[in-house]
Amino acid sequence: MKHTISVLVENKFGVLARIAGLFSARGFNIDSLAVGPTEDPSVSRMTIVSKGDDKTLEQIKKQLNKLIDVIKVVDFKEGEFVDRELVLIRIAINTKNRKEALEVIDASGAKVANAGSKSISIEAAGDQNSIKDLLELLKPFGILEVVRTGRIAMGIDERILKADGKPEVNE
Amino acid sequence: MKMTGAKILIESLKKEGVDIIFGYPGGQVLPIFDQLYDAPIKLMLTRHEQGAAHAADGYARATGKTGVCLATSGPGATNLVTGIATAYMDSIPMVAITGQVKSFLIGNDAFQEADITGITRPITKHNYLVEDIKDLAKVIKEAFHIASTGRPGPVLIDIPSDIQMQETEFSYPEKVDMRGYKPTYEGHPGQIKRAAKAISDSKRPILYVGGGAIISNASEEVRELAITNDIPVTMTLLGLGAFPATHRLALGMLGMHGTAYANHSIMESDLIIAVGARFDDRVTGKLDEFAPHAKVIHIDIDPASVSKNVDVDIPIVGDVKTILKKLNKAVKKPDTKDWIARVEDWRNKHPAIRPQYVVEQIYEATKGNAIITTEVGQNQMWAAQFYKFMKPRTMISSGGLGTMGYGFPAAIGAQVGCPDEVVFDIAGDGSIQMNIQELATAVINKLPIKIAILNNCCLGMVRQWQELFYKKRYSYTGLCYDSPDFVKLAESYGAVGMKITKKKDVRPAIENAIKTKNVVVMDFRVVEGENVFPMVPAGGVINKMLGVDGLA
Repeated sequence: MKHTISVLVENKFGVLARIAGLFSARGFNIDSLAVGPTEDPSVSRMTIVSKGDDKTLEQIKKQLNKLIDVIKVVDFKEGEFVDRELVLIRIAINTKNRKEALEVIDASGAKVANAGSKSISIEAAGDQNSIKDLLELLKPFGILEVVRTGRIAMGIDERILKADGKPEVNE
Repeated sequence: MKMTGAKILIESLKKEGVDIIFGYPGGQVLPIFDQLYDAPIKLMLTRHEQGAAHAADGYARATGKTGVCLATSGPGATNLVTGIATAYMDSIPMVAITGQVKSFLIGNDAFQEADITGITRPITKHNYLVEDIKDLAKVIKEAFHIASTGRPGPVLIDIPSDIQMQETEFSYPEKVDMRGYKPTYEGHPGQIKRAAKAISDSKRPILYVGGGAIISNASEEVRELAITNDIPVTMTLLGLGAFPATHRLALGMLGMHGTAYANHSIMESDLIIAVGARFDDRVTGKLDEFAPHAKVIHIDIDPASVSKNVDVDIPIVGDVKTILKKLNKAVKKPDTKDWIARVEDWRNKHPAIRPQYVVEQIYEATKGNAIITTEVGQNQMWAAQFYKFMKPRTMISSGGLGTMGYGFPAAIGAQVGCPDEVVFDIAGDGSIQMNIQELATAVINKLPIKIAILNNCCLGMVRQWQELFYKKRYSYTGLCYDSPDFVKLAESYGAVGMKITKKKDVRPAIENAIKTKNVVVMDFRVVEGENVFPMVPAGGVINKMLGVDGLA
């Protein structure tokens, strides 16, 4: 099963290597990993998408928590979070289908980032399903390149993840 | 007051109460060695950086204090790696300090440069590359705190040599506050209550005690729980000494080379009380069939150890000693009369077999009062099986990593930390040659360590596996034609050498060695081809043992 995990870490040199190293050393899988600073400049936030059974996920959380530079770990449950991913897609076009392509892009809610004579670069943000749908929709034109940022996620309602907030209960 | 980085390091170590460092000099630690020249901290010069790391580890295991080792950049630092990994696997508090090339050269493939923080990331509890002289004191404070608290472990501090020479104002932090590091000590009261009830209700309970009980100094509490409630006790290799081996409730070690009665007892138990142990594969054998009737209480300071291998019914995360104190107050004595009778029966039916006479004689001669370090392999298992450990911190062995060449440098650390104790390294003819250069360290520093080489002319444990599982194809495990004359070798270092070939000479040699105020190397010529039994083949069920009559 896929899990979306948010990790608050010290915004320090080498922390990403510690996390990535932990996953590879213990044989945990990473589907995607996105990282950036937060509202607090001393804290970075990572969103990791990983696959595994309950036991593996429990170990992932515990092992992450053992790292000194990890401040907090949350494994989001279904319906408790919103997630987005940014994707850049370049499709091939020609003089004949250029108009059609622009219409499809417009109808899908995606944006044109750059339009050339032979290709169009498209930006789209959305959850996993909407990006999957968009890629299907654009396939007939011929997809030249896809770049994805990886999923980012945050909790909804009262679930606010802060470094100085109440500790997440693990165990 | 303004000080150089090297001076700050020394002053900080003094604040941490460090009086001995094990180390080796080199280009990128010259400023630190210059400070050590007239510092009140002693440096013990080993003959190899690996020896320094193991000595710091042995010192920590014997005394409970944090061991410190020091090496230069590049090869000095990489030579520490095996020692750091050994300490990491067995949760030993250690601070390893390495010199690094100058800050502006890092990443340049400079002379003697190695990315040691990168290399040691998976084998340290935490590590630091000091990038700013202003961080140095804080880093040292944090390193000692992290190494010695929670589940202890090694912490490495890499200090570029330009930072050792820069100056800044020195003030040592009073306290540590790391928002990402807050170990749990107390144990959940509700879980302790549940555990107490489970023990009170149990009919066939067994205590399974690991190295965590030693680290936590909880042997008294273990004793109380076992004796007051009549619960038999089995120990892991690293747990030996937590409960006196000669007590009627002591079952010895369990697992691959455990006693038959310990393995039968845990398999038939209805409640396992795991104390600072981690259900390692050498202990459990085949997991699916391990202790099928047992509920499991697991007391451990590391939440990640709980339910990692075996599903746990009652997890209690926290300090073993603190939790056992509370648990001891809450438990009502279960009725274990029938169970104890059953365990006794197993013990009588399957007495320990093929005693290793040399180890037994070391036990007899020292009355169980010595500190025993071991190398890795048959010597280690025979030490575990035939030396009756009575006290915590007297069994010093590389359990998790299984490092050959560990025992002798660890004995150096143990002897430094406990100058009044008799220290034996029980060694094999293979392992002892992996750090034999430390004879110089031991002799020069007048550390009267006794090395008992069980010389069977082969790499015995590997040979045993070849005999049992590889059709006796003894590929590269014979040693005798290549081994040095250990007596001459000892003498060339200024130590005393003895060669013992007859059974009747064993005990007198040991007595003689104990009296000798020098390093003694005893070359015991034991029979070739002796195997360690009982034995559970790797991945087998632990009550299906080889070498136990009627049970294989």
